[in-house]
Amino acid sequence: MANPKPEELAKIDLAPPKTGWMETPTVFRKGMFCYGNKAKSLETVGFPNPRQWSVSEEDWHLPENWQEIFIEGLRERVSKYRSFRLFLDICVRCGACADKCHYFIGSGDAKNMPVLRAELLRSVYRKYCTSSGKMLGKIAGARELTVDVLKEIWYYAYQCSECRRCSLFCPYGIDTAEITILARELLNLLGLNIDWIAGPVANCWLTGNHLGLQPHTIKDAFDMFIDDVETISGIRVNPSFNRKGAEILFVIPSGSMFADPGTFTAMGEILLFHELGLDYTFSTFASEGGDFGFFTSNEMAKRLHSKIYDEAKRLKVKWILGGECGHMWRVWHQYHNTWYGPVDFLEEPVSPITGTKFENAKSNKTIHICEFTADLIKHGKLNLDPGRNDNLIVTYHDSCNTSRGMGLLEEPRYILKSVCNNFHEMPENTIREQTFCCGSGSGLNASENMELRLRGGLPRANAVKHVAKKYGVNMLACVCAIDRAALPPLMDYWVPGVRVTGLHEMVANALICKGEKKRTTNMRGEPLPGMEGEE
Amino acid sequence: MGLIFSFFAVAALVLVAIIGVKAASLQYLFGVIIPYAAFLFFILGIAYRVLQWARVPVPFRIPTTAGQGKSLPWIKQNKIDNPSSSLGVVVRMALEVLLFRSLFRNTKAELREGPKLSYGSTKWLWIAGLAFHWTFFLILFRHFRLFLEPVPLPIEIMEALDGFFQVGAPVLYITDLIFLGAVTFLFLRRVIIPQVRYISLASDYFPLFLIGAIGASGVIMRYFLKTDVVGVKELTMGLITFSPVVPAGIGTIFYIHLFLVSCLFVYFPLSKLMHMAGVFLSPTRNLVNNNRAELHVNPWNYPVKIHTYAEYEDDFREKMKAAGLPVEKE
Repeated sequence: MANPKPEELAKIDLAPPKTGWMETPTVFRKGMFCYGNKAKSLETVGFPNPRQWSVSEEDWHLPENWQEIFIEGLRERVSKYRSFRLFLDICVRCGACADKCHYFIGSGDAKNMPVLRAELLRSVYRKYCTSSGKMLGKIAGARELTVDVLKEIWYYAYQCSECRRCSLFCPYGIDTAEITILARELLNLLGLNIDWIAGPVANCWLTGNHLGLQPHTIKDAFDMFIDDVETISGIRVNPSFNRKGAEILFVIPSGSMFADPGTFTAMGEILLFHELGLDYTFSTFASEGGDFGFFTSNEMAKRLHSKIYDEAKRLKVKWILGGECGHMWRVWHQYHNTWYGPVDFLEEPVSPITGTKFENAKSNKTIHICEFTADLIKHGKLNLDPGRNDNLIVTYHDSCNTSRGMGLLEEPRYILKSVCNNFHEMPENTIREQTFCCGSGSGLNASENMELRLRGGLPRANAVKHVAKKYGVNMLACVCAIDRAALPPLMDYWVPGVRVTGLHEMVANALICKGEKKRTTNMRGEPLPGMEGEE
Repeated sequence: MGLIFSFFAVAALVLVAIIGVKAASLQYLFGVIIPYAAFLFFILGIAYRVLQWARVPVPFRIPTTAGQGKSLPWIKQNKIDNPSSSLGVVVRMALEVLLFRSLFRNTKAELREGPKLSYGSTKWLWIAGLAFHWTFFLILFRHFRLFLEPVPLPIEIMEALDGFFQVGAPVLYITDLIFLGAVTFLFLRRVIIPQVRYISLASDYFPLFLIGAIGASGVIMRYFLKTDVVGVKELTMGLITFSPVVPAGIGTIFYIHLFLVSCLFVYFPLSKLMHMAGVFLSPTRNLVNNNRAELHVNPWNYPVKIHTYAEYEDDFREKMKAAGLPVEKE
């Protein structure tokens, strides 16, 4: 499927339709939605209503009592989540969130304004759960739950990457992510997911990771990394797997094991740990830090997630180190401990290299690798030559989850500034807590919805374009696996010439290891600055 | 549709008061019974709604973090926008409730040819929102003059400040002007900005018209029709001391004003106006961000079916052995 050219796609009309939103039918536009889930994926994890269905067909093969299921599910959830109930009740529709959503900015579709996206469900809530809605109907903003309304909710629930940017600007902190998370839960009660989420969930259930990498495949992938690292640095690293009694369990997103440029980050990490002599292990079972279950239901998220603490317990490690991943860290930071805790079989994390006690993780026992590495650099434990990254002019993309769901803003910047000489920030309304989504978050990085992704990624790409023009930025650094998957095509489309890197790839480039050979290339096998033409 | 409906709904309310007082002479109903009932409904309604929310658990700690979190000691934490202590949360909430901090951040996205996107700060909604809420509060506060005898000093001082410019007689209150201006702005904004018009429901226009009408009737009463203030105070003091009297000679405009206020009291707990109480309960704003430092408990947490390591090893044992990976069972 060919996408429109950038100039065509950029013709965006932000004016809403002439007809009221309840009267404006939702047209399913090709390229703007993902394929529906396969029956098999739902069966694997025991989700309801597994069947063959297609989004573009009229009949979605819903169960007979689907309305009842949906409404009951809605009632149950407003009694279990204060956030959900409150956010459905108190919105004043001031519109402050309207132009904060990257999908609205990039598509102009009025129903992508966070307030309206939430109203799609709110109108149903009013109809069935409030007395004014029951009595006054449309006057009170209530509407009947029909098949078309259900489809509309589906369409827009899967056009929200749950980045929470809108919640930052809302005077009441209404978080549309919270609403679409629960909308997706309700849709899942009817077997309405997308293939790109349900598939990884099933994979993760069976193999421990979204990509479905089996234990020996993971081992094979790392064997290749080890060879590559040796070629580049002359050092033979020796990561271990499923090793009992290691001090640290290191968990990364499986994307880093399989797809460039994430693989370079994984290589960077094993080189760094080797240099430190860190006593750590990977697990092929807890081989995924991310949790696509989070995009289906709280229960499924918890089911997939438990493997990490369980594995830490089995391997008798002291604490857990988490790699560069976005929503994995949202989940680890905001949900991990609550789902599982108390985690009394692990110890409060202490860096074995610097002795730093990570007070901020004393209950949850998980450390973000950026916290770990920033601490190393601060204590002068790494011998770095930032000049090795001199061919790169770098900017930093904050992942939505680590910034708005955690507050990890300074550590990555500190690391970047230590490992490269050319770092430039994007404009301030587009970074840190105001950061824009890559456009493909929350399981929307399929290929069939590429137009949605390119539109949603426009605000991010535009900010990169700004610094690319101004400072000649040619590398976009990030700490999220979905970013590393989603940003390269986004850059190729909107800002050709800008590539994407993980932070620890940059660290490994700059890291001078004990006994290394004279490095001529970076982690990608490209010549280091000043080493062009040498072999 | 919502706009027209709301306009006529408020107009009908005004008409009800006029007919009730002028034609049917139901002064006691409009002066005593309805206000009492409405006020009771207001108090009980708010309490009910708040308790309803408060009863719902907060399963997860999900603050929106708007600044650097607490991490390494040498990294400067943003203690307000990313609080790790209750004090931080109190400050964050106070700034939110008193100064609308999140709205202060508001930006406007602009798309130009190219495409080129830019974002500029926009403070109009913030300013109008602040002006509206604060003057509303001050006017309400000023009204206590009618319910207290002698009038307490703070109210006297406030009135003196409010009438600082000494325009006309009776003195023109600055708050009245700002209040009506802000209501008008908020209304025009809803009508003029296409996106905001698109999302507006009857329940957005109705309270604006109602509050606008309350303001307008108050202003008309004070500056133009000159209601019998002594009579009004007799009535209000009677209400507050539970010995209601209805003095003769209070103009109809007063009853319109009072009836609209009563309507607002009744409408309040049923509507989005509950954001006033709800903002305090918002989990993205009122929670500390110390999720990894302290255990947060989900009261309805339940065990779930998990895929155990043993099952995983059963599925892959041979492959694991072949790859040289350690296994539990040989």
